[in-house]
Amino acid sequence: MPDPERRSQSNLDEPLLEIKDLKKYFPIRRGFFKRVVGHVKAVDDVDLYVMEGETLGLVGESGCGKTTTGRCVLRAIEPTSGQIWFRDPNLGRVDICQLTKEQVRQVRRNVRMIFQDPYASLNPRMTLLDIVGAPLRAMGIARGKELEDRVAEMLRLVGLRPEYMRRYPHAFSGGQRQRIGLARALAPYPRFVVCDEPVSALDVSVQAQILNLLKDLQEQMGLTYLFIAHDLSVVAHISDRVAVMYVGKVVELAPTAELFVSPKHPYTEALMSAIPRPDPRPREKRILLTGEVASPANPPSGCYFHPRCSYAADICRTDEPAFEEVSPGHYVKCHFGRELSLTGAIRVPSLDV
Amino acid sequence: MSTSRSDSKEEREEQKARRLIQARGEEFYRAGQWQLVWWKFRRHRLANFAMVVLGIFYFIAAFAEFLSPHDPLHRYKEFAAKPPSDIHLFDTQGVFRGPFVYGIIRARDPVTMRPVYKENTQAVYPIRLFVHGDEYKLWGLFPSDLHLFGTGAAEAPVFILGTDNLGRCVLSRIFHGARISLTVGLIGVFLSFVLGLLLGGFAGYFGGVVDEVVMRIIDVLVSLPTIPLWMSLAAALPQDWPQLRTYFYVTIILSVLGWTSLARTVRGKMLSLREEDYVMAAKLDGENEWQIVTRYMLPGFASYIIVSLTIAIPGMILGETALSFLGIGLHPPTISWGVMLQDAQNLQTIAQLPWLLWPTAFVITAVLMFNFLGDGLRDAADPYVTG
Amino acid sequence: MTESENNVLVEIKDLHVHFHLAEGIVRAVDGVDLTIRRRQTLGIVGESGCGKSITALSLLRLVPPPGRIERGEILYYRPARANGNMVDVVNITALDPRGREIRDIRGNQISMVFQEPMTAMSPVRTVGQQIMEAIILHQKVSKAEARERAIEMLARVKIPKPEQVIDDFPFQLSGGMRQRAVIAMALSCHPHLLIADEPTTALDVTTEAQILDLMRSLQRELGMAIMYITHNLGVVAEMAEEVAVMYLGRVVEQTDVKTIFLNPLHPYTRGLLASIPHLDESIVRSDRKRRLQMIQGMVPDPYSRLRGCTFHPRCPDFIAGLCDQAEPPNVAVGSGHLVRCHLYAK
Repeated sequence: MPDPERRSQSNLDEPLLEIKDLKKYFPIRRGFFKRVVGHVKAVDDVDLYVMEGETLGLVGESGCGKTTTGRCVLRAIEPTSGQIWFRDPNLGRVDICQLTKEQVRQVRRNVRMIFQDPYASLNPRMTLLDIVGAPLRAMGIARGKELEDRVAEMLRLVGLRPEYMRRYPHAFSGGQRQRIGLARALAPYPRFVVCDEPVSALDVSVQAQILNLLKDLQEQMGLTYLFIAHDLSVVAHISDRVAVMYVGKVVELAPTAELFVSPKHPYTEALMSAIPRPDPRPREKRILLTGEVASPANPPSGCYFHPRCSYAADICRTDEPAFEEVSPGHYVKCHFGRELSLTGAIRVPSLDV
Repeated sequence: MSTSRSDSKEEREEQKARRLIQARGEEFYRAGQWQLVWWKFRRHRLANFAMVVLGIFYFIAAFAEFLSPHDPLHRYKEFAAKPPSDIHLFDTQGVFRGPFVYGIIRARDPVTMRPVYKENTQAVYPIRLFVHGDEYKLWGLFPSDLHLFGTGAAEAPVFILGTDNLGRCVLSRIFHGARISLTVGLIGVFLSFVLGLLLGGFAGYFGGVVDEVVMRIIDVLVSLPTIPLWMSLAAALPQDWPQLRTYFYVTIILSVLGWTSLARTVRGKMLSLREEDYVMAAKLDGENEWQIVTRYMLPGFASYIIVSLTIAIPGMILGETALSFLGIGLHPPTISWGVMLQDAQNLQTIAQLPWLLWPTAFVITAVLMFNFLGDGLRDAADPYVTG
Repeated sequence: MTESENNVLVEIKDLHVHFHLAEGIVRAVDGVDLTIRRRQTLGIVGESGCGKSITALSLLRLVPPPGRIERGEILYYRPARANGNMVDVVNITALDPRGREIRDIRGNQISMVFQEPMTAMSPVRTVGQQIMEAIILHQKVSKAEARERAIEMLARVKIPKPEQVIDDFPFQLSGGMRQRAVIAMALSCHPHLLIADEPTTALDVTTEAQILDLMRSLQRELGMAIMYITHNLGVVAEMAEEVAVMYLGRVVEQTDVKTIFLNPLHPYTRGLLASIPHLDESIVRSDRKRRLQMIQGMVPDPYSRLRGCTFHPRCPDFIAGLCDQAEPPNVAVGSGHLVRCHLYAK
């Protein structure tokens, strides 16, 4: 079991993962000869960084590119261009986009993924021992008795009994399956885990169990998470910093509390305003956006959000805004990022000016 | 709205189900794919019945020499065109004598010149088990003359399904014919299956150009007309070959051309399975491509393959029957159900010797049983769909 | 007060719906009592397997085999159209599920909207054809008139350019637009009751906000009742006036929306509320040990039949000897507040 303290102390002020100018375009083909007539710009110039030991939340609505970004980090899909710098304990600081196939296999020991659908992410024809042991076996980490012991340890870690390793996935509920997926992801003792909507498909009461488990394991094993979700409340509870994506671009990035108390991007404000609150008291007027989420195949000109933005001005139609740091650690992609005074999701009386 | 009666009925239903689950319990959780399929299959009564019947058919085919009362090629000239023997249990006095047949007096109808058979109630020939009769070599290896049943008397043979125009026992010919009809297609099916799996698998897994090429090849093959192809092939192969060998090779050639439907199914399934999360997880775990295809993807459509097989085999049976019946498959002296039906091609024969149609019943039964079996397998095969 | 004076529209009494499977009997709905009043929104909250969807399907006799309504009654107090006060009582459970009477009710007096807008509409017919079909089926109007009404309905659900969209196919519309079209279809005959089974779960949160707002305004305009089924407590707080919480086929707590959030009594309701992540000051007080409260254990196997209270294995207030032996009574605590729990029994 890795000791989190043993992790390299000297590089704590350098990010563990740094994404620069990441693009992933999917070609649109038409006709008999499958000519390329356009592109779906799923990820369009994304810049992110994650520090060791923290959780970066990545939120957005459907089509915003958050899942695609996550998959690019593992090179599960090939990025179109950009750099993904990762401090691998064996290979050093490498750009995942430039690695050879063999090097990618090595990096995948330290960068792992948890999937959304607990019913689709486990091979129904393998026992738990095979499933959780697969990375250990395929990466040459352990074999035979040692592998069994390691699998038993992982199962215990995620709250399942080691005897279960002889069972098949059909014996387990959604929440338990998600634990199995977690055990599989963490079996090679990785450093970085991409969590792709890990609780979205679970019942509310089970969500809490899994979120708590993720947090506990993060501390015990010294993990760093990229937590992808569409549910802002969940993200708020687990993340240290949050990035908001819209149609392939990151529009805001800030520490969690700051984002939820004083967002700086109109989309973030609208998103927070739209969340239904489990509070029966009447709320002040909600911001209702007009229109639908823009299409990544045919985005608007200038700032992608301008057709739906209540604060839009002429410049928003023509010029794409820069991704600027408007206060320490708080980045916004908006022409009026510094000027706008927006309503957050959380009201803190002491901070009200 | 008193429902105490429905309560207790429900309770009984529940207890039965609980016993079913408890009896398995941990066993159920540890049950792999095939175990679950088997359990579900056992619940399908019709399919289980079909399995038993097919088992009997193949057993008959294997031990045809022993199980037949006569040599299928032996022409009993004195008993040509004889209708099926009547088997009696009580003699004319009403005394129980066990199963027996009377002696046969043969006469000739003066008008039609056709043989007419009458029973001689004085001569009683009991039917016994394990009698000596025509000699044979089991599987061409083991000489014997023991037959499962018969009269044992050479002057009064029993013909359960009658004889044909040449005096050959229809039942014995059906039993021997089963050997060819039920097996000659199997090799071909197996070949088709292997080809379909491989080519469909590649097409589905690699996609892109490989997929396009394979699909277009399939399109071409599917448009070839099979019967003319068969006839030309049969004509093209050396004429001095034993007939069975010709048939065998033609089946093989046709199978090489006939793998297309399985390939399409496999390809479609592969394309969809490729996108499944657990396949991507396997890739990220570092599993190599061979492992991914065999351990992660193939089991996903093993059920479709099995069902496909149980449909292809009766297809082959019907194919042989049809081709031989038309005279472009096998010919006498080879015995198969289709060859036997050649004799039943004209209305006159059917009117006068209707028992010659018995092979049809066997063909229908075999095909029907395979279909039931396939139904049962299909229903049982995807237990994981319920998640 | 008679039911009609009490404004009751639908009353579900002791409903039991069982599924007879080879592996056993699944008691999807195991004794449910609910009341829906006119012009009111009843929220049904529960997690997967609690029976909320089957309860809704029972209202329209759409329970798929091998499910069967075993016992109980569903009474529909149908208001006469001409004179709003006259009422005609229909026993829905007694109707022939394929008969004319229930078909007259479906889509006309009681409508339903489902979770997946794509599968709710036929992909091979235009949006207009499907809405018009509902109108023509239930109202004696000409095709031209039906088309007019369909366009009017599309405009009502705030679809831009309804006269063009009416000739579009469902795949040409986005998720939010499709759900609006489905709502238009459901409301085309101005039903008295709209059953909405998780209509916004598959939508983005900004689209969801629009749809929820739309449903509330339509309710006011058309004066209809809504039975809103969801697992999302936030949505319930926004939409419902009365709330019923379901667990394993039973209603465990039922009261008005304010009380359910401010004074939840049943341990399951309390556990549920405590386990959802709230956007409040706890996030600002950034501490790494921010754990969520959870409900221990998991939903039991649907074939199993527990003795006593079905929630007892997971209950933090479990009383040994009582909760695992006797079924808890449905206790009335205060006006209109029902809890099915031993803790509150006298």
